[in-house]
Amino acid sequence: MARVENKVVLISGGASGIGAATARRVIAEGGKAVLADRDAAKGEALAKELGKAVAFVPLDVTDEPAWQKAVTTTVETFGGLHGLLNAAGVGVRNSIEDCSLEEYRRVNDINSMGTFLGCKQAIPAMAKTIKEQGGGGSIVNISSVLGLRGASYAMAYCASKGAVRSLTKNVALHCAQMKYGIRCNSVHPGYIDTPMIAPRLSGTIDNMSGRQWLETLHPLGRLGQAEEVANMILFLLSDESGFSTGSEFVCDGGLTA
Amino acid sequence: MVGADMSELSGQVAIVTGGASGIGAATVALLAEAGATVVAADIQPAAKDAPGRFFNHDVAAEDSWKALLADVVARDGRLDILVNNAGITGGWGTVESTTVEQWRRIEAVDSEGVFLGCKYAIEGMKKTGPRKPAPKGSIVNVSSVAALIGSAGPTAYCAAKGAVRLLSKSVALYCAEKQYGIRCNSVHPGGVDTPIFNPLWQAVGRDKGKAMLGEHHPIGRIAEPQDLGELILWLASDRSSFVTGAEFVADGGLTSGLTRRGLFGTR
Repeated sequence: MARVENKVVLISGGASGIGAATARRVIAEGGKAVLADRDAAKGEALAKELGKAVAFVPLDVTDEPAWQKAVTTTVETFGGLHGLLNAAGVGVRNSIEDCSLEEYRRVNDINSMGTFLGCKQAIPAMAKTIKEQGGGGSIVNISSVLGLRGASYAMAYCASKGAVRSLTKNVALHCAQMKYGIRCNSVHPGYIDTPMIAPRLSGTIDNMSGRQWLETLHPLGRLGQAEEVANMILFLLSDESGFSTGSEFVCDGGLTA
Repeated sequence: MVGADMSELSGQVAIVTGGASGIGAATVALLAEAGATVVAADIQPAAKDAPGRFFNHDVAAEDSWKALLADVVARDGRLDILVNNAGITGGWGTVESTTVEQWRRIEAVDSEGVFLGCKYAIEGMKKTGPRKPAPKGSIVNVSSVAALIGSAGPTAYCAAKGAVRLLSKSVALYCAEKQYGIRCNSVHPGGVDTPIFNPLWQAVGRDKGKAMLGEHHPIGRIAEPQDLGELILWLASDRSSFVTGAEFVADGGLTSGLTRRGLFGTR
């Protein structure tokens, strides 16, 4: 049985990494996916590859009108909106001493404000869809293990992912109180082998390659695959997770254990 | 006073943002009583007879931080303690009603203000002198239970306080790695009798408002500013010398679980 049959899911950062892997899982389980991404070439190519159940919309997550348009396009294309995955984000290395205010704001705008705007613009359309068509709605926000634990070398990123973690609970309770039928949870991946961490794989740390160093952070001894996180997200997008809201779902090869 | 003798912090220099009222003012008084030289940095004026030295300061403005640190270093030659206490709730916006403009304002004060404070304070705390042979310091960031549970604040406030919670750990780990001798922790108050609740006091009266909020706290009341001041004083002093990157909740039991009344904000 298809696990997200006819559910329409809007995915920020849908052109690559965890977003793209989730789109593949959604359509494999009978759903529709809208890839929203800044990278139009990549997003359009992937949408074409994946076929009729997938569409592309351009999206800068810090731009509220662009979010409005993405939501409208999704509803016009597939007749409703049931799921939102906030997967767009930037991974930046900086410390409290070398991070500028501009950089702090940029990272928080994309990772934190971008997630807020996605929730804000998607909720009315999701609530309407659920009211008219039934079923359950689900928002999944990608935080990080660095939303649970600090890292000396990723100050602004930690702050932004901590914001997503707390914001998610607020959104979950708002939707519950309003009886929208929309759940909201955060996912906390460890280091996943995606384009975001590509810059971290080269170079040398403690006589190890960047990749080896990242691998040793995880008790499972390897990086995560985007598909593994996508499997967790699919569960959260589906009605299988119907009693889970405001919670933290960790997918980190044991890193935070 | 509990927890410190008169001279425990003597010779040490402290900055408390939002030091003119609420938790900040109580902290200024306690740090001063423990012997520290205290700067009450605030955008609002301090009471006439308030202890500490007042500095007109906007935590959201980078230039204001530069001026504050320059002034403290010029006058006192050192910095040992920073309490990032200034904050705003910015109204009660939900995820649906909050505008980008409101989001940015709350972010600027509650999140960027703490980031800037840590950044410039570390610079000051690293300065050594004849009476401070090695760099040393304690940063206390006032987050909130809103970073821990979603029902305890407006959307943007929850996000900003969640940022402070994790930022504090990153700062703690960075300073530890660099062996700066600087610790950094976050404090998570529940309801506290401070001007942050003025809108509620105005709407229903202060006594009634305090009682209403107090009912949600298992302990049966909200905190007085001194309750938080004592915790902050402990974190600021060497009594907490092995404590860094940690979260300190002072919420009358609010986030600890269920009571027969239910969870905060759910009934």
